Formats: sequence, structure tokens, C-alpha cells
Amino acid sequence: MSSSALQIVWVYPDLLSTYGDRGNMLILAHRARARGIPAETVEVFANDSLPDGDIYLLGGGEDGPQALAAQRLIADGGLHRAVDRRAVVFAVCAGYQLLGSSFFAKGAKCEGLGLLDLYSDRGETRAVGELAGVVDPELGLPTLTGFENHGGRTHLGPGAKPLAQVKVGIGNDNQTEGAWLGTVLGTYCHGPALSRNPALADLLLSWATGEDRLPELDETWTSKLRTERLTANGLA
Amino acid sequence: MEDKKLPLRAAIAAGVSRTAAALSRATGRGDGSVIGGKLGMMIDPDLLAHLAAGRRIALVSGTNGKTTTTRFTAAALGVLGEVATNSFGANMPTGHTSALARAGSTPFAVLEVDEHWMPKVIAATSPVVIALLNLSRDQLDRAKEVAMIAQLWRDTVAQYPNLHIVANADDPMIVYAAAASQNVTWFAAGQRWRDDAHVCPACGSHIWRETDGDYWACPTGDLIRPTPQWTIDDSAVIDPDGRRHELKLQLPGRVNVGNAATALAVAHWFGVDPADGAPRLSEVASVAGRYAQVDRKGRTIRLLLAKNPASWLEAFDMAEDAPTLLAINARDPDGYDTSWLFDVDFSPLHARRVLITGERAYDLAVRLQVNGVQFEHVANFWRAVEAVPPGRLEVIANYSAFQDIRAELDRVV
Repeated sequence: MSSSALQIVWVYPDLLSTYGDRGNMLILAHRARARGIPAETVEVFANDSLPDGDIYLLGGGEDGPQALAAQRLIADGGLHRAVDRRAVVFAVCAGYQLLGSSFFAKGAKCEGLGLLDLYSDRGETRAVGELAGVVDPELGLPTLTGFENHGGRTHLGPGAKPLAQVKVGIGNDNQTEGAWLGTVLGTYCHGPALSRNPALADLLLSWATGEDRLPELDETWTSKLRTERLTANGLA
Repeated sequence: MEDKKLPLRAAIAAGVSRTAAALSRATGRGDGSVIGGKLGMMIDPDLLAHLAAGRRIALVSGTNGKTTTTRFTAAALGVLGEVATNSFGANMPTGHTSALARAGSTPFAVLEVDEHWMPKVIAATSPVVIALLNLSRDQLDRAKEVAMIAQLWRDTVAQYPNLHIVANADDPMIVYAAAASQNVTWFAAGQRWRDDAHVCPACGSHIWRETDGDYWACPTGDLIRPTPQWTIDDSAVIDPDGRRHELKLQLPGRVNVGNAATALAVAHWFGVDPADGAPRLSEVASVAGRYAQVDRKGRTIRLLLAKNPASWLEAFDMAEDAPTLLAINARDPDGYDTSWLFDVDFSPLHARRVLITGERAYDLAVRLQVNGVQFEHVANFWRAVEAVPPGRLEVIANYSAFQDIRAELDRVV
């Protein structure tokens, strides 16, 4: 942690916020504070430069705003510096795509940030619906569950590891879903992805705080939600 | 109920439509607002255009408030004569067909239209006026994104230079759509939810907003807030001549004063003096079950529909400080994605007793926990009724959860 309180930075909510993206910021702050870890949330609009932080969150967005966000982030340079000092980046959907080397928006190929070894193009169909997968064992997480809504397909290079192997839905390409390397992690589980994946939220908090053993929280409702969703997807 | 002017095929189709609708209601299977239209259109695909011919029509569309505004507009237009309307919220062409067939020949019609269907319904019904209310995120897994709808409407409006538009000056997305026409009356109904209008739809720049006022503008000057002719002040509507019309609405909330202003502006274009139209609006007590109050088991139950972040904010504004049941489903009409729950700040419910139910109550439970709002989970609507003391129970539900509860209450309208 770079200061006395955990700094959670929501990057460009004016551009990258389509549907419940605020949830990831709220969930991380809630789960930190519930353990007595002071947390501050910062919402940075695209006109402002990125501040120093511990966790950076990128949400989903429509084509135009996605392309604009990538341009602004490349010009700003703050996210690259953050990754260099091993700050945590958690990105969903359009935010995930723009971490790669390139992506498609409004029919044109756009330059990405190159923070993950991957690129995205357009799929023949839009991927809309439940998404679930078995997470990379290295991360030690239970089944990933979420909802996806995207038109892109993402192709991983050797420098990025898949976050999960797809069991339900499309994810990157019907085979794998999401990607991670070091403390940068992206997923097509859009919106408040962490609501159904509290263990993933805690992994991000562990990376950011250096605390490997965070105290347990009351998971009554998150467990019921996970069980209900995994059952609905035939995975319970 | 006579169909004098209709071609034979259309007359038969309209008759079948009415019969099927009556059967649907009699058997308790529905409001009859869709099935009748479906059957009629199988017999005559142009039935909607045939049924629309000869009527002066207003269409109402937008993400929120269209059912209520349609009801208000029909009430105000009633000053001039009989009005056909799809009052049950069935807002696609089958619903329009069914509503017009059921009404028989009327001089006027007011139709609520699903946002996506606007181009086709404008083409089929040749309206005199369309009212464009607002656009915000709603069922993103199915609906087109906000900016795409704004563009679709803009392109459509540009094709009809003689079509009059009544449009919301407070929503930049609506202004972008309507400004393609020279033929616009602007109203100001306020915009509580602004998260879908940060960026100018014309150029992508940040929209500047006045801190303590309603003015907004794109810094490049390509989109600015038009000066509204119709405004609201507390519970009154101010018309273009500056006359103040005090409303005595039964429907709660500031949002319904805005809907009333829109309705009076539309009716005014047909020739209704707002002084005559305004009293008609106070006769509306509920709209397809929305805002309905029902007494059961010693509890006064009020039903509020909230389907997306913007309408939840309005529902919290309307709900009284009383035990509150929140009911959430995620079926086809709701959208399968519950992510929007995190776009809603539930903290206005902090001091209240909150109960939750519905097929996706656990999604809501996690959301409320993160929001620091205490709640009790109950298995169904009646458990909630029994759990609270005699007195008022506010129910806020999304679309299919609302319909389920309405069915429990004998399809209250």
C-alpha cells in the first residue's frame, strides 16, 4: 500500500461505465473496510491525470468511449507507471480489451495499452449471457461466474495466462476466459464481476496489501448467490 | 366498435383481435393487450396502418415514464373527444393493433411505443406528434445501448420534417435525437439520473453542467440545452405563455409532474388548453397497477414499478417512510443481467425496514450488504405482507416481479 489507506481508483467512469461497473469499486472498499483496512475510493474522469493508487479499476464501455479512453490512458502514462510499481489493475469487458495491444471499435483497429499480451477483434456473434469457468489453479480460486455482453473475441499471446477455462458462455474465444499476468487481471465478466466472485476480490486485495491471509468475512449471501447461479448453470 | 372505414380483410382481422383479447381477459390469462393484436396481424399484416388511418395520433417513447405519460396524454386529449390508447403498457405493434381494434373508431389515439420500435410505428401510424422523454441504461443484455437509440431516433426524425416533436431539454441524448428536426417543442422535466449523458453524443466531448441549475452544454457548441417552453415548479406546470397550472395529481413524485408537463404539451399541440387538460390528470389514480394502493390483511400496500437505475431513484423519491419490500426477477422482460443493481444507491432505505424477495433476491442481498442496508429475505410476497405490522407497506419491484405481485392482487389496475 502506497499510503495509510488503500487507494482504489476507478478509471474514467465518465467513459467506461455501462452497467454496474461501480460495483467492483464498492465491493473492494466494503471488503477492505470490513477487515479494518482503511480504504479510499477515487473516481478519475478522463480530463484528469491518473493519481497514484493501489488498485485501478476499468469498466465496460461503448465503442466510441472505449477508443477515447485508450487514447487518454496512452497519453497519460499513469497506468503503465502503476503496473511498473506492481499496483493492481482489474479490468472488465471494454476495459479488459484495451489492456491488450489492439482492439476494434467502430469498425477500426485501435491501439491498446499493451499491458497484457493479447489482442481483440470482432466475433461473428455477440456474446450475451452467463459466463462461467474453472480458474487457473495458480490463482487458487473457486469457479468464476458472471454475465458477459460483448461483441469482441480476444486472443492471448504467450505472455498472458488465461484467467479461466470456459464451462459456460464464450469468454475470450469459447475456450478460455480473461487473462492475467503479475498483478494485472482482466475478464469478460462484465459489470460488478466481484459480487459473484468474492474470492477474486480478496485476491486483488491481497495483491494490493501484501496480506496473504485476510480475515474471513460473513459469506452467507455471497455463498447463496454463488450456489444459486452455479446451479442455474448446471455447475453446482 | 364499428369499423366502417376499414377494408374487409382489416375489419375481419380487427374483429378477431377484439374477440381474442376478450377471451384472454375472461380466462384470466392476461390483459388481452398482446394476443388480440397478434392474431389480427396474422390475418392482415397492415392492420396497424389500417386501424391508424383517419385518427390523429400521438406516440410516446423513452426509457422511463412512457406508460404514465401516455395515460396522462390520453386523459388530457379526452377534452377534445374519444381517445384510443394502449393503457396496459403493451408497447409493440401487436399491443398498438390490439388497442386500436378494441377502441373502435376514435378521432384520437395516444400510443406508448417501445424505443426500438419507434421507426416502424411512426411509419405505420403517421403520428401528428411524438413525445421523446429520456434515454438511460435499461436491460443492457438485450436493448441497444443508449447512444445507438439516440442515433436511431435522430435518423428517423430527420425523415419526417412535418412531424412535431415534444422533447425533453434536460436529457442531452434526447436533445441530440430531436434536434434533427426544426419542429420541436421543448419541455424541462429534470434529470435525476445523469450517468448515461456525460459525453456529447455528437462529438464525444465532456458535457458541461451548471452546478446549481439545469443548464448544460457541449464545450464545442454542437449541442446545448435548448430553452424549454414548458417547465415545472413544485407541483405546477408552467406553459409557454407563462401561465401556472397547479396540479393535484394522485400519482406521487416530482417525476410525475414532469410527465404531466409533457402530456399537457402534447395535448396543447392538438388544441387542448392546459387549463382544461390539467384537471383531467388528477383523475388518474394508477397506471396498469403502477402506484396502485390495495388494502389486504390490514395492510395498505402500494405498488411502485422500478425497472432500471433511473426509475429506482425516482421510486425512492416517491416511497413513504414505511416498511418496504423490494422484489427482483431477471426474466426476459426484465433482462437476464442484474448488474444494474450496483448502479442504484439504496442508502435512502437505510432507516427503513427492508424486506427482499424474488427470483434474484440473492443478487440484491449482496448489493444491499455492500450498501450497508439491513434487510430480511422472505420467500414470497405474502410472507412479506404477514411479516410487517398493519399499516402501510411500500412495494418496489422490477417488471416481471411487479406483474407477479399484481397477479397476487387480482391484477389490480
